[in-house]
Amino acid sequence: MVNEVLFWTVALLTVIPSLALIFAKRPVHIAMSIVLVMVGLAAAYVGMGAPFLGMVQIVVYTGAVMMMFLFVLMLVGVDNAEDLRETIKGQKWIAFAAAGGLAILLIAVIGDATIEPRTGDVVGNPEEIAMVLFSEYVLVMEVLGFLLITAAVGALVLTHVPRLTPRRTQVELQAARVAAGADPVNKPMPGVYARHNALDVPALDPEGNPIEDSVSRVLEVRHQTQDGAEFRAQLEDTDNPDHEARPHGAPSRDSDTRNTREGEEPK
Amino acid sequence: MTAMSFVYLAAILFAIGAAAVLLRRNAIVAFMGVELMLNAANLALVAFAHMYAELDGQIMAFFVLVVAAAEVVVGLAIIIALFRARQTISLDEPAELKG
Amino acid sequence: MQSLIWLAIAIPLASAAFLLLAGKRADAWGHWVGVVASSAAFLVGAGALLEMLGQDAANRATTVTLWEFIPGSDLSVSAGLLLDPLSITFVMLITFVGTLIHLYSVAYMEHDVARRRFFAYLNLFIAAMLLLVLADSYLLLFFGWEGVGLASYLLIGFWNFKDEYATAANKAFVVNRIGDIGLIIAMGMIFAAFGSLDFATVFAQAPEASTATLTGIGLALLLAACGKSAQFPLQSWLGDAMAGPTPVSALIHAATMVTAGVYLIVRSAPIYNGAPDAQLVVAVVGAITLLLGAFIGMAKDDIKKALAASTMSQIGYMMLAAGLGPIGYAFAIFHLVTHGFFKAGMFLGAGSVMHAMNDTVNMRRFGALRGVMVITWVTFGLGWLAILGVPPFSGYWSKDKIIEAAFVGEGWQPWVLGGAALVGAGMTAFYMSRLFFMTFHGKARWEDDMHPHESSALMTVPMMILAVGSAFLGLFLATGDKFTHFLEPVTGHAEHHDPVISIPVIIGLTLALVAVGTVLAWMRYGRADVPVEAPAGSLGTITARNDFFQDSVNRAVFQRPGQHLTRTLVYADATIVDGAVNKQARGWARLGEASRKLQTGQARSYAATMLVGVIVIALIIVVGGL
Repeated sequence: MVNEVLFWTVALLTVIPSLALIFAKRPVHIAMSIVLVMVGLAAAYVGMGAPFLGMVQIVVYTGAVMMMFLFVLMLVGVDNAEDLRETIKGQKWIAFAAAGGLAILLIAVIGDATIEPRTGDVVGNPEEIAMVLFSEYVLVMEVLGFLLITAAVGALVLTHVPRLTPRRTQVELQAARVAAGADPVNKPMPGVYARHNALDVPALDPEGNPIEDSVSRVLEVRHQTQDGAEFRAQLEDTDNPDHEARPHGAPSRDSDTRNTREGEEPK
Repeated sequence: MTAMSFVYLAAILFAIGAAAVLLRRNAIVAFMGVELMLNAANLALVAFAHMYAELDGQIMAFFVLVVAAAEVVVGLAIIIALFRARQTISLDEPAELKG
Repeated sequence: MQSLIWLAIAIPLASAAFLLLAGKRADAWGHWVGVVASSAAFLVGAGALLEMLGQDAANRATTVTLWEFIPGSDLSVSAGLLLDPLSITFVMLITFVGTLIHLYSVAYMEHDVARRRFFAYLNLFIAAMLLLVLADSYLLLFFGWEGVGLASYLLIGFWNFKDEYATAANKAFVVNRIGDIGLIIAMGMIFAAFGSLDFATVFAQAPEASTATLTGIGLALLLAACGKSAQFPLQSWLGDAMAGPTPVSALIHAATMVTAGVYLIVRSAPIYNGAPDAQLVVAVVGAITLLLGAFIGMAKDDIKKALAASTMSQIGYMMLAAGLGPIGYAFAIFHLVTHGFFKAGMFLGAGSVMHAMNDTVNMRRFGALRGVMVITWVTFGLGWLAILGVPPFSGYWSKDKIIEAAFVGEGWQPWVLGGAALVGAGMTAFYMSRLFFMTFHGKARWEDDMHPHESSALMTVPMMILAVGSAFLGLFLATGDKFTHFLEPVTGHAEHHDPVISIPVIIGLTLALVAVGTVLAWMRYGRADVPVEAPAGSLGTITARNDFFQDSVNRAVFQRPGQHLTRTLVYADATIVDGAVNKQARGWARLGEASRKLQTGQARSYAATMLVGVIVIALIIVVGGL
């Protein structure tokens, strides 16, 4: 006999989250739902006199297996919402029909089965389980050990990527960079203005033109840079009124050959 | 209410898992469907063990659990290898089997 | 010397290989290598002959086994040489005449850029021909047979820069292939009947074989002989084969190779002896060819083609004799030897004339050469007297015997065969006299820029030697039936039979016909003026000039239907046989295409299929098993 409350709790705790497998879009949500299912199943095991199995279920499934799933999900970086529209023609209906048919078939068979429950209460605590496991099933236990080791080695083999070329040293990397046309020296630091020392302002070369490479590329992409010309104009206004001001917004990058890399079109 | 109810529940969970395998393109999600099916079988085993008042069903469920763990390790390794080779884990992508 | 007879083949063969491989540096002296090789072969043969003459007549056959040629359980052939009176006769003829012609060619081919190659081919021919006559099995003979065919092809087409010469070579080759098929079939039948291809084994078992088998083999061998010897109906190639240089015509297409068919039939005497029907066919083929050749010879204006027609006709005599059985074999070979001398001599004479006349071959442009080419005139004249059968020259001794032998028998055969031989003798006299008078007598009809002159000693000496042979060889060999007795171990002893007409009457008739033919020819071509342009001529003349329209007949009877047949077969093959196979294949391909669609490549579809299958199977188990 089982507790009715337990059954319905478990039923709700397993069926509803498991439906996420079919309808949820984000894999992470699905994985978390399955964790819930596993916990529900563990509760069912404990309720049916299998406390050891319930604990193992929680430890192995929620603790190890599902965490590994999450880990792989993060590793492959596909935590994007999946488009649930079916691409294979008719697959949806076939799948629902097959799964529904399977459920009906199984329920019909179960309903048709005649089982005579025995009385008596056997509790699968660790001690009892161990007695059976290491007497009757000891050989199977050993074989399972082999299986686990093989699986571990197999996973290593499958995920191992052999190095085909020798590792390049720093000297070689540097030589390759220079050969490819990179600046041999460090890029200048941004924001060298005396009054505006910030990362979003380009440095100036000796002629007073801004060096746009000195600003982080990330800031450029986000349009969070400041124009150095603006500040230079302020400088010129205050310190050197004789100096001819350059037109705003055209800091003569075209004339500055130093910053135009070989093979790269000037912007 | 007998433990038979759990067997019915196991059947339903099994069908849901099967439907997930057939419907989802994401290999990891489909794989989770497989895990659900395995667990449904485990639930049935434990329920039977309870009905017959024997430990063997539980032992069997324990073995299934271990095998499932091994399977997950290898399966996920394959998914990673697949991802490395194709930059995707969609089950619809590896269409070399197309005649 | 007999055990060294293989040298007679090996030396010319090595010389041919050397000459072909030596390249330009041997151009200046290579031809002498060829002459020396041929002479060496002659010396080896002569040594063997002398040794043989010292042995008893019964023990004169020697087999020299060289090596195991084709070792096998069912077919085991050893490469061996059979040296007996028949083969040594051929060896002597081939090497002696061959050496003389080699000498002659040194001068005749002097201005040809490819003289070294020419001598290589000549040596190759000598080697192959010796292999043919010395082989001790049909298979090895076949190698020689093909070898002479190859040499003949190469030499007919020696000046292959002229299209028609190349065509002539191809024609000879193709016609010879038809004969070769006969030989191959014969070998197959021999092997099936006797389980061996060795002469010794086959001939020992031949008397026990059934007449039908022997007749079949005999007819197949006859086909081979017809191809090689230009006998009816495979005679068409010989006239065109005159495209080759004249020494080649003399050696290959007059004296030796074309007589290989006669050799084959005489060698296979034990087979023919058991097949009277096949013998009769041989004799009839010979009779037809001798009349056909003589008829063609009467109309030809080309000196070489007239001689070629004469060769055909004379070989017809030999075939006729060979078809008569044991009484004729020896005479066939006898005539073959004398013919080898006088016909080779006449061809060399013709070559000498051509040499003097800037390679003109049209006899209507000759005439009155007697005065300027005395040696050629005398040597040619001796050959002419020999072929006419005027006693005591060589031809008389051999041809007359054949005519006599043709008259032996019962029923219609002696009358038909003997009559053909007799009429042929008269026709021979006419056409040979015509040729002789047109060339050497009458008025000079030379073209304007001709300055005929006698040839050099290198050419005239071989002619003189052959002329001596033409004159006296027959007398020498016929005295006391020397030659016939010499050949007896091979051809078998022939009981003497009386012809249906008494011998003196036959001789008288023959000589009378010869005289009539000669006089007729003198009246028309010696005394009377010969028109420079050939007159239109009667229907018979036109027919003979065109070789009885043999090419047209061959084309209409064999080539066209053959082409239609092959086209029909190709069409049938393409539409019916291939069609069925292809349609079936296409059907399978379509089935494959259709079933390919099932392979969507979608793993999930496969999974769905699998699940549905599992459900169906479970349903069957549950519903059916409950």
